[in-house]
Amino acid sequence: MVTLNDTVAPTETVRSGRRPALRRDGRYASVFLAPSLAGLALFTLFPTAMALAISLFDWPVFGERKFLGFGNYTHLFGDPVFRRVVFNTALFVVLYVPLNVVLSLGLATWLGPKIKGRQAFRVLFFIPVMTPMVANVMVWRLLFQPGGLLDAGLNSWFGIDAPNFLGSSSWAMPAIVAMSIWQGFGYNFLVFSAALDQVPQSQLESAQIDGAGPLQRFRYVTWPMITPSIFFATTMTLITSFQVFAQPFILTQGGPGVSTQTIVMYVYNQGWQFLTMGLASAAGWVLFVIIMGITAIQFVGQRKWVNYDV
Amino acid sequence: MSETSVAARRVRSGISHVLLIIVAIVFLGPLVYAVSTSLKPADEVFTPTPHLFGSEIRWQNYADAFEFAPFGRYFLNSLFVAIAGTLVVVIASSMSAYAFARLKFKGREQLFVLFLGTLMVPQEVLIVPMYWLMQSLGWVDSYWALILPWAFTAFGTFLLRQFFLTVPAELEEAARVDGCGPFGSFLRIMLPLARPAIAVLTVFTFISFWGSFLWPLIIVNSVADKGTVPLGLAQFIGQQGTQWNLMMAASVMAMIPTVLLVVLLQKHLVRGLLVTGLGGR
Repeated sequence: MVTLNDTVAPTETVRSGRRPALRRDGRYASVFLAPSLAGLALFTLFPTAMALAISLFDWPVFGERKFLGFGNYTHLFGDPVFRRVVFNTALFVVLYVPLNVVLSLGLATWLGPKIKGRQAFRVLFFIPVMTPMVANVMVWRLLFQPGGLLDAGLNSWFGIDAPNFLGSSSWAMPAIVAMSIWQGFGYNFLVFSAALDQVPQSQLESAQIDGAGPLQRFRYVTWPMITPSIFFATTMTLITSFQVFAQPFILTQGGPGVSTQTIVMYVYNQGWQFLTMGLASAAGWVLFVIIMGITAIQFVGQRKWVNYDV
Repeated sequence: MSETSVAARRVRSGISHVLLIIVAIVFLGPLVYAVSTSLKPADEVFTPTPHLFGSEIRWQNYADAFEFAPFGRYFLNSLFVAIAGTLVVVIASSMSAYAFARLKFKGREQLFVLFLGTLMVPQEVLIVPMYWLMQSLGWVDSYWALILPWAFTAFGTFLLRQFFLTVPAELEEAARVDGCGPFGSFLRIMLPLARPAIAVLTVFTFISFWGSFLWPLIIVNSVADKGTVPLGLAQFIGQQGTQWNLMMAASVMAMIPTVLLVVLLQKHLVRGLLVTGLGGR
């Protein structure tokens, strides 16, 4: 975690070293730590364990609870809807993460330190990252409506009959991905553009004098220096994209059919539409294990390509 | 420098600027569309040819949105929940950050790792047991449930600890000589020095509370009473004959406070990345 922060905000890493603390009194520490510790224990540690426990029960919101062992998990993997939902989520991740990273890295490189008005673009692209997701998605829902901007624009400007984006099983997922990229790429754009600021111009210039073209300069000078940021950005984007919820929930309600329903939507539906908390909790834990697995793979893989020494 | 290369560079920079403007327009399109629709009369939202302006600029839509649904109530609820939640986050995390950065106690490193470990757990795992916990506490459909469950995250602790570590120890030692204990030095030395970091934490925490959707969707039953802005907006999906112009007016109003904060805080966006990327609850 410390390294992650270092990659984002290198200016903050000037530490004062390990000086002897002013007071070696654990009692003070326990007072300072009490609120956070109590809160984290009650609202994070305890629920994490409870989630595992609940997932082992037939646990309706109201009524009798029954111990099932791994019954909920075997039910999940036998449930065609759940399998479809895992597939949909994976499809979203596979489309969204590379597109997001390539677009934001490309734009950040293009809008390099020499371009005027770069700060304005940083702020501009960051706006949908911060505005309420529901408001963003509502705008895109109108945009994708039959008769909305895309439909009317394609029709009247290009004479193309637009598909019913949100009602078509082949267009709904690309529509969700497009909306999500518009909303989310400003985050990675900022990460990359902060990292690119740290690449010394002198090295790029001397590479240019040695006859290196733009692509070579990127590959051999810039890339090695920004790998920590690329790693940070891809890991964060992967984790959050597995948790996609509001976009499909509002754009398509998971439809048509279940063709855009995601894992978190499944958790929500099982828990608060069908009131089967045990299944919802088990699905949540499956998501958790997937995220942990992907993160672990990322951290193991980084040794091969992430360069922290430059 | 030969004349041709100057000309070539001009052309290239011209193309670059045109492309930039196209990128900006495509990106801004949805936001402009939202504002444009929010100012149109209801029967001009869907036209065969897109128009930036309707037959009139209807500011009245912004007032009508408050009539159409209790958005006044939603805004007050969101504001209250976000401010209260942010207060809890800032107080709790600055205290624990101080302990981790400045006090020596047994098991400090292990406890810090445990703190960071809680960042791994996604909200989706916690919502089921959290709902059950809220039921047990009798907090379903209450402000408590909207504020407290997500106000104790390790992000703030981590962010502020990193900042406290950069404060020279001599400053505190001087205060000690003047008879300042840990509490005095925390309140009088560290907190004032940490104002920039606390400002970043405050703004990004506020924004994440302001936009949060999944948890309010689960825990609020009486939307008209305890509903937040995102919940109020989402009420309209699936309704027949959605009043899109009013919807867009409400969406634009929901965006304005965050847009202002982003513009005001633009110098500190990079530092906020951590809070934003790992947070979002």
